[in-house]
Amino acid sequence: MLRIQNLYAQTEGHSILNGINLEIKAGEIHAIMGPNGSGKSTLAKVIVGHPEYEITQGEILYEKDFNYQNISQWTPEERTKEGLFMAFQYPVEVPGVSNLNLLKASFNSICKHQGVPEMGEEEFISFVKKKAEMVGLPFSFLDRSVNEDFSGGEKKRNEILQMAVLSPRLAILDETDSGLDVDSMAKIAQALNKLKNKQNAFLLITHYNRLLNHIKPDFVHIIKEGKIQKSGDHRLANELEEKGYTGLT
Amino acid sequence: MLTKQKYKYGFVTKVPSEKFVKGLNEEVICRLSEIKKEPNWMLDLRLKAYRHWQTLKEPKWAGLKYPPIDYQDIHYYSAPATKQQKKAKSLDEVDPELLKTFERLGIPLNERKRLAGVAVDAVFDSVSLGTTHQDVLKKSGVIFCSISEALKEHPDLVKKYFGSVVPYRDNFFACLNTAVFTDGSFCFIPKGVRCPLDLSTYFRINEKDTGQFERTLIIAEDSSYVNYLEGCTAPMRDSNQLHAAVVELVALDHAEIRYSTVQNWYPGDEQGRGGIYNFVTKRGKCVGKGSRISWTQVEAGSAITWKYPSCILQGDYSSGAFYSVALTHDKMQADTGTKMIHIGKNTKSTIISKGISADHSVNSYRGQVKILPQAQGARNFSQCDSMLAGKNSAANTFPLIEIKNKSAVVEHEATTSRINEDQLFYLKSRGLDTESAVSLLVNGFCDQVFKKLPLEFSVEAVKLIEMKLENSIA
Repeated sequence: MLRIQNLYAQTEGHSILNGINLEIKAGEIHAIMGPNGSGKSTLAKVIVGHPEYEITQGEILYEKDFNYQNISQWTPEERTKEGLFMAFQYPVEVPGVSNLNLLKASFNSICKHQGVPEMGEEEFISFVKKKAEMVGLPFSFLDRSVNEDFSGGEKKRNEILQMAVLSPRLAILDETDSGLDVDSMAKIAQALNKLKNKQNAFLLITHYNRLLNHIKPDFVHIIKEGKIQKSGDHRLANELEEKGYTGLT
Repeated sequence: MLTKQKYKYGFVTKVPSEKFVKGLNEEVICRLSEIKKEPNWMLDLRLKAYRHWQTLKEPKWAGLKYPPIDYQDIHYYSAPATKQQKKAKSLDEVDPELLKTFERLGIPLNERKRLAGVAVDAVFDSVSLGTTHQDVLKKSGVIFCSISEALKEHPDLVKKYFGSVVPYRDNFFACLNTAVFTDGSFCFIPKGVRCPLDLSTYFRINEKDTGQFERTLIIAEDSSYVNYLEGCTAPMRDSNQLHAAVVELVALDHAEIRYSTVQNWYPGDEQGRGGIYNFVTKRGKCVGKGSRISWTQVEAGSAITWKYPSCILQGDYSSGAFYSVALTHDKMQADTGTKMIHIGKNTKSTIISKGISADHSVNSYRGQVKILPQAQGARNFSQCDSMLAGKNSAANTFPLIEIKNKSAVVEHEATTSRINEDQLFYLKSRGLDTESAVSLLVNGFCDQVFKKLPLEFSVEAVKLIEMKLENSIA
């Protein structure tokens, strides 16, 4: 579903990604681990089209209608409408815009793009209600402004709620586990496991293997200095826990 | 790339008009008063105002930049010439060309199509064409007609309140208005009546080089309630036109007046050519105990806006509110805000002002909160937020707070922000294109004010702001 080939990217003259190669197939869960400043979050942002980064070499190929297309020139919204999604590490606040309104606007925009009829008001609300329950957010939460005065845990749950509503093909979760207490983490992991199926794929970006104890990745990649240094199965995460990044790479 | 949606209401209605030759003198004022068949006291007041006006100078304190206005180069009266010499008895008799104009503006006037739930007074240049829903209003004792008609039909009521809130000596533009006002609306809500319909006046400038000087007077007697809406548009022209209105509101014991405006006068083009100069004095007086007045405005047009809808809180426990969204783009200049004068005990005022400036425009909030010595227990809350949507735009806030009574509680909050790249990216990564993302952000920013507008107006306001910002953001 996603093929990243020899990807180089920079921001403000600093080269951050230095030849990333990665292939993700439908049904897979990949985890990218790495020390601070290794380029993990940059990789996530480049995939979803953050304007701060410039691709200097290589390609991001994404499968659309059984064909791989280079999506480097696509706008962020085009990528989302084609099924990419990123759960942000630091979701921004949008004062005056309610969660429900944002969900509706996003959902309708995607429906329209994919030629699916939009849901009626009531149908949509009961649909969202179910998803909110799944991630452990009270329904009253939907009337609040997006991320405004949310706790860290609420912000992360809200990202997962958006993901649950939009049901992307490829979900990139950027440090969704950071700043979460044990219970919140378990709840989010439970929701993610429910959302996982054979047609979609996850790319988890994380520092620790806390989350990976709940969601078992098929592949673990260790990134350092903007390059994947080592790949393996879920056991690599445990090995990393024991030896640390320096011991491994 | 988005293309600029031109000013939607910029068309001109081709109707023959009767207008005065350009220029202003006592004779012009006498003729004006004569055409309107006004009582003598009104003419006397007009002349008194005119003589005083000649001693005044245009106020310059707002620092607005515009070439000097030549007050002799304006037609002070212009009315569509009707085939029959008499005024149309009902709106169905009005020239179809004029009815069509209002229909194009989204304000159908004839019996079959008129808006349900809203009584409309349609003002075209210097005259009112008529007012809808008269039957229902009459039954409840509400008077809603043009000010010219009120001067003929209800002269004592007009005389009692006219100038009681904005005296002719108040300021340069109010003084000019008192001398030359042509039409506007008059509303009287009798004691204990909750007005069964929303009342609305739609002002349309059509003729070239005319000034529009409308005068509105709303009186709400004890324990009455009225929701009043005002809309305005004008054709696109290269030359500037002057609009100097006065609105007076009087609220007696426990009465409530809600006054909402969506101002969309022609703002001029990208180069700053043309557009309306909007110099307006709006003031409400909470005369009675526990009376309430609120001003809600969406200021989205005019080359220059100079406008400070204010409240004089005279009655004990009275309250005033000002909710404003002012949007400027291209070379527009807006200087708007409010004055809250606390006189009575336990009076309360709320100010929520949202300014959005795009392109090369300048958007200023100017406000005054004054707590007089006798105003024991007064409270005010002010919040002034500015959003910059262009690198060359400017936002200013000039709050003035004067407290003469120690028991007062006054809070003031102010923020200035830019349309935030992070928010924009966040929304785009949720599948929204730039346009929808911006409109969501701007609506979020203005939400507190839009919520105060009557529903149909708030839908209109949201669309208007979105349309105007489209190009500026892209």
